[in-house]
Amino acid sequence: MTEEKVGIVSYGAYVPRYRITPQEIGQVWGTDGAAMGKGLNVVRKSVPSPDEDTITISTEALRIALTRGKINPRDIGALYVGSESHPYAVKPTATVVAQAVGATPYLTAADFEFACKAGTAAIQTCMGMVASKMITYGVAIGADTSQGAPGDALEYSASAGGAALVIGRENLIAEINATESFTTDTPDFWRREGQRYPSHGGRFTGEPAYFRHVGECGRRMMERAQTSPQNYQHVVFHQPNGKFPQRIGKSMGFSDQQMKYGLVTPWVGNTYSGAALLGLANVLDHAKAGDRVLVVGYGSGAGSDAFDLTVTDRIEGFDRQHGPPVQEFLDGGVPLSYAMYAKFRGKIHLGGS
Amino acid sequence: MTVARFWRETPRRYNLGGNRCSACSTVYFPPRAVCPTCQTHRQSLGKMEPFTLSGDGEVYSFSVVHEGAEGFEMQVPYVLALIKTPEGPLLTGQVVDITPADVHIGMRVHAAFRKLREDGRAGVIHYGYKFAPSRESGASEPTASPASQEALARAAARTART
Repeated sequence: MTEEKVGIVSYGAYVPRYRITPQEIGQVWGTDGAAMGKGLNVVRKSVPSPDEDTITISTEALRIALTRGKINPRDIGALYVGSESHPYAVKPTATVVAQAVGATPYLTAADFEFACKAGTAAIQTCMGMVASKMITYGVAIGADTSQGAPGDALEYSASAGGAALVIGRENLIAEINATESFTTDTPDFWRREGQRYPSHGGRFTGEPAYFRHVGECGRRMMERAQTSPQNYQHVVFHQPNGKFPQRIGKSMGFSDQQMKYGLVTPWVGNTYSGAALLGLANVLDHAKAGDRVLVVGYGSGAGSDAFDLTVTDRIEGFDRQHGPPVQEFLDGGVPLSYAMYAKFRGKIHLGGS
Repeated sequence: MTVARFWRETPRRYNLGGNRCSACSTVYFPPRAVCPTCQTHRQSLGKMEPFTLSGDGEVYSFSVVHEGAEGFEMQVPYVLALIKTPEGPLLTGQVVDITPADVHIGMRVHAAFRKLREDGRAGVIHYGYKFAPSRESGASEPTASPASQEALARAAARTART
């Protein structure tokens, strides 16, 4: 358990407004898109505009969080952005985001990368720095605009979005009671330097990777917190598709009702580093004081980070109205044809470029 | 644009950083060294203070661009607008997240942080403000693909959340 009380002071989420369906993707590649969508439990996925990337998504999410929490950006002592689609190979995403929210120059900042769990790793780092009183507020962001290769199974789910959490000691809307991690060297998904699209081990991404790590980490978290599934009102799992989290949740003893708000991938796709945080943001949009929340993130390569949270009384008076609620992202969106999607995602190159 | 030139403009482009004359309270964007509104410019010397615009505004006038500038080819047709801010200054900016046909004079917008351009495939990426419809403006965008719209509606109906 952490000795000093730390937790979430504010949060914000952002998902680009365009959407594409598995059916639309499938008709291009001659596959049954509807069946693919059903298999993955993905109804649609978000698509970023040509002028959106991890930096812009992170900035939008953090700006919402700062306004909601009435936080002076100058009080941010650390800002970490977790992503596997940082726009630059060398030059931090975090410095642009920090400058764009007015947090510079007296803070430390860095980019995190651990496939889909870089955002949860950033939360843990902020927890340590906040608890040790090195900083007043730490910002942990998980955001991505990842892509699957055209025609690859990943293309049906890889989407864009993210969420930002402000971690602090006071004015908490959710206390983080404890955190736990489970990490091994498991090569289930990777992208080599210079490669445009990631590669994966197909079915290997399931049992020895996602299910083992999320399951072990989640159970260990509950052992440490001396809780069982019945103690939680909400549970959030990393969600590379809509099916994996449902399966692991069921195997661990969680009901559909407990997963109701934490599962967002079916309506926006897999936002990678943003996925677990986006699910948590949706839970916080609906949570009541006293609700207990279990969050288990996962990143390929592989590792899981889990958090045991208790929502505080402060949530009731918290300004959840500023900025769009996650539900608006789940319900809304403008559909794209595959041709427009290919253009937006840079899959079409103009002559000479 | 050189790296240094854009970097110098970062406070304006990222955060709408202007300034205000503390003698007559007129707000300027981009910031000015002296206040042309004051009767004698000398009055404002040393009295121009930093001022950040809220990002709120409404469309004062606009144009739909069909022949995109270099770097904007993938975004045509796009909307370039004059945005009237409540603080006073009139800003020029792109209006995004809306079909050009839905943009209208008086439409409420808010500053959004977007990628402005890239200096080629290996160069610096420039970021800054554009404008998106405010949530309360109720602006929506029609579908880009009727087939996709139907598929979306069917899929949504299948998995309607209660």
